[in-house]
Amino acid sequence: MKTPVDEIMEILDEEFEFSLGELCRASATPAETIIEMVEEGLLEPRGPTPPEWRFSGPSLRRVQVALHLQRDLHVNLAGAALVLDLLDEIARLRERLARLE
Amino acid sequence: MKFKDYYEILGVSRDATQDEIKRAYRKLARKYHPDVSTEPDAEAKFKELGEAYEVLKDPEKRAAYDQFGENWKHGQDFTPPPGWDAGFEFSGGGFTGAEAEHFSDFFENLFGGGFQRAAGAGRRRQTWRMKGEDHHAKVLIDLEDAFHGGEKSLTLKVPEVDETGHVVTRTKTLHVKIPKGITRGKRIRLRGQGAPGSGGGEPGDLYLEVDFKPHPFYRIEGKDLYLDLPVTPWEAALGATVKVPTPGGIVDLKIPPGSQSGRKLRLKGRGLPGKPPGDEYVVLKIETPEPKTDEQRQLYARMAELMPFNPRSRLGV
Repeated sequence: MKTPVDEIMEILDEEFEFSLGELCRASATPAETIIEMVEEGLLEPRGPTPPEWRFSGPSLRRVQVALHLQRDLHVNLAGAALVLDLLDEIARLRERLARLE
Repeated sequence: MKFKDYYEILGVSRDATQDEIKRAYRKLARKYHPDVSTEPDAEAKFKELGEAYEVLKDPEKRAAYDQFGENWKHGQDFTPPPGWDAGFEFSGGGFTGAEAEHFSDFFENLFGGGFQRAAGAGRRRQTWRMKGEDHHAKVLIDLEDAFHGGEKSLTLKVPEVDETGHVVTRTKTLHVKIPKGITRGKRIRLRGQGAPGSGGGEPGDLYLEVDFKPHPFYRIEGKDLYLDLPVTPWEAALGATVKVPTPGGIVDLKIPPGSQSGRKLRLKGRGLPGKPPGDEYVVLKIETPEPKTDEQRQLYARMAELMPFNPRSRLGV
């Protein structure tokens, strides 16, 4: 089975933008949860109010990991924000380590 | 079917208390959580832990499972004796439905009957729309793909439920465009390429995480590239213009006179493309030719005479 991918493919990098609705849909998460994540500092959208919020591509992974950690390990959103920041830091350090080795 | 030793999986003894089982599970779940763990088989291991915990945390299922005793070894061929579960009732045993779909044949055979009937009935009653599950995969690309952009064919094995309710594995080929300048860890979403939804819900998505295949001489950090460049002692001492590879082609690099080993020279904008593009860092490594003739040995001796030099002075020796 072959599938053309041009029209369904998105690169979720810093330049990519989700609206609140799009992020909810992509992560199958209610807006209330996303708003809580913003309040916890787990997500940092650009724009002043929810209708104007724009989330970067990597935000989606942060939402997904936070939800998994909540479901599987009973980590609350503040804890998930901390875990995510540490994971990013570890990824950066690993890359640097790989470069030096 | 292979016997699964749920006690061994959780690393607890057969007489462990429910609290001990819970603690052991929590600890291992943190270690092997697929979003956090770097263990190579974290995902499989995490599912196995979930399955073991599903059985051992529930006193009824645990009691039923315990009938098999310690004579059974993990991985041994196993068929449950007929009527083994007489007197046990599992149908309402507190299953976490979504995860139970991933449990093993062994689990399905022992505890599956009641669960599947209950879940099946539930599914038919279900009228709400549910988005299908997302799928995740890693895609290994060459540095050249990230530099020039490219196309990559991916073959994925996708489990799907057929009309008769059985899980079948389908092979799916996707032609993914690798965008110029993509870096390690970036994610690509392919909308609608995950598992089908239920109740008319939309299908899940497929996420690809990009990683680089090891390159024979470049090391990659973000958009920057690092290259160890061997140079001769006279090139380092006197300065020289030498040829250096970059992904965009060979360039001339000026080595300043008096360079030492480890000196880092930057080729601006010669890393991975982007706004701004990355840089290529060239790290000098001085290689000393081995003297093979008397004349060559004398040349080294002459240098020692003419250029008294203690590279260890900073070490106080």
